Amino acid sequence: MDSVAQRLSNVGAGAALELSGVTRLFGALAALSDVSMTVRPGERRAVLGSNGAGKTTLFNCITGDFPPTSGTIRFFGEDVTAFPPYERIRRGLRRTYQISSLFPGLSVEDNVYLACRGVSRGRFSFLRPRVGDPLKQSARMLIEAVHLTPVAGRKVAELAYGQQRQLEIALALAGAPRFVLFDEPAAGLSPTERRELIEILTSLPSHIGYIIIEHDMDVALRVVESVTMMHNGRIFKEGNPQEIESDPEVQELYLGGGHG
Amino acid sequence: MALVQPRQSARERPAAFDLGHPAPWIVAIVALLLPLVSNSFFLSEIFGQTLILGVIALSLMFLAGCGGMVSLMQLTVAGFAGYMYAIFGVTGTHSVSLGWHWWLATPIALILATLFGTVGGALAVRTEGIYTIMITLAIGAAFYYFTNQNYAIFNGHTGINTISTPAFWGIDWRASLPFYYLTLVVAALCYFWVDYLIRAPFGLALQGVRDNPRRMAALGFHVNAHRVAAYAFAAFIAAIGGILQVWNYKQISPGSVSVDSAINVLIVAFVGGVGRPIGPFIGAFIFVLLRTFALDFLREIGLDGNRFRLLIGLGFLVIVFWSPDGVIGLWERWRRRGAPASARPAGGAHG
Repeated sequence: MDSVAQRLSNVGAGAALELSGVTRLFGALAALSDVSMTVRPGERRAVLGSNGAGKTTLFNCITGDFPPTSGTIRFFGEDVTAFPPYERIRRGLRRTYQISSLFPGLSVEDNVYLACRGVSRGRFSFLRPRVGDPLKQSARMLIEAVHLTPVAGRKVAELAYGQQRQLEIALALAGAPRFVLFDEPAAGLSPTERRELIEILTSLPSHIGYIIIEHDMDVALRVVESVTMMHNGRIFKEGNPQEIESDPEVQELYLGGGHG
Repeated sequence: MALVQPRQSARERPAAFDLGHPAPWIVAIVALLLPLVSNSFFLSEIFGQTLILGVIALSLMFLAGCGGMVSLMQLTVAGFAGYMYAIFGVTGTHSVSLGWHWWLATPIALILATLFGTVGGALAVRTEGIYTIMITLAIGAAFYYFTNQNYAIFNGHTGINTISTPAFWGIDWRASLPFYYLTLVVAALCYFWVDYLIRAPFGLALQGVRDNPRRMAALGFHVNAHRVAAYAFAAFIAAIGGILQVWNYKQISPGSVSVDSAINVLIVAFVGGVGRPIGPFIGAFIFVLLRTFALDFLREIGLDGNRFRLLIGLGFLVIVFWSPDGVIGLWERWRRRGAPASARPAGGAHG
């Protein structure tokens, strides 16, 4: 255990996210083996790799959806490896899910309101929000930011697929996010919706860093400054988008591999 | 945004707060004026029982409908409150009762029963689905056998008799008319409290936990803490019902907390429907009518009157088969007939 002084000094230590030796086993299968990476605050990074490369497992370990088998994860200097997901989220970590993970029985507004509630006080409040409640207002602003205002009162189950993907992003931006993990946000979106997504990502405040898993290179390489290639649960290559795109090994393995 | 809001509130708000709708007003007026036209048998055996059973089932509606947790121990919590009232209060069973005033015994019973339900809930939230039902059933069965065998505290098989009830302001609140109004007011308060809470952050979060616990954790919620808190609230509501019940019968014995009766609460809640807080009261009304009159009805058509449970069971089967969301669901579908299929509510159990 670190002393308080050590932990305080760690807070200013620079990395938003620091993974060292993270391994995750499913039985005998190593979904992640010995992954180490450091992401600066405000850095935007893409994680690329074929299916089964361990990208989503990486996200699940970072958020604590399931813990790594070994290795440590630091979030803004703090060792969060043993923290439950909600503790990590309350510290400013956010994520979206590859398959939309929403509350279909609730309205769009209630979905976003819950997300705002989850990272603030009063989660157990017995009192309904009043008119002009600040959290209600930030929920409305988030809904507007992802262009869902016209359907704010609809149940999520009634939304179109693209709208659900946008709601997924709104949930991840509630409160004061410091770092966001986007798991294939563009999957299944129309070209117009993709443009809107790129606009949302590039207009995020510069202090909010993110990692994005994305198969669509047009989307991925336009919204990031660094790229991590994964293969069979290991980090295969790191670099800036140009280096990765022109790397012959990467082209062989991934870009030329006929992926949609 | 202003364009969206009014339409939303009209669509989303349940009928209870749609004060323009005549149904809640009619129910309120009928309930208030009932004593003018009803004899004391109907008042206490039908309507009083409906309200008390409805309150206990309301606690299950909150857990199952909002939280997706089917608890079979809600009657046990109610019975626990009743026992605590009898043990701390004034009764004819001097060997176990402490003889405290009702205004002291009542809050103590409510607090202890809420604690009991919270501890039971803390055990139950470690599991999901059928295992939650099994654990809460085990708690209910254990409490039943414990009361049967423990004489020092619960006076065993005999139970506790001649329990005194509140009397103040010169009114004997157990007398037929005052007790009806007391029950009506308490049941209405419980109903409105639950109805209000469903749309408050706590209730919304609970629905989130029901629909998608993993995402709730990824939004910063401590999922199990929310579930335990829901058990605590539901236990408090059930305890209120239990206190009313012990005032009503003036006695309590293991039969009051039997497994049979625990399952009756489940039937009441699901026959009425756990989608709305009014559901358990409708279920209770149907159940009490059947329990009271099925006997005569069955004899009339030449069957053994004691088989009234058969009618209840068949009714339960029919309801669950045709309308998983109970009588309330039937009524809602009837109201929405002709509306497009997409306008129908989504089911509760989403993974």
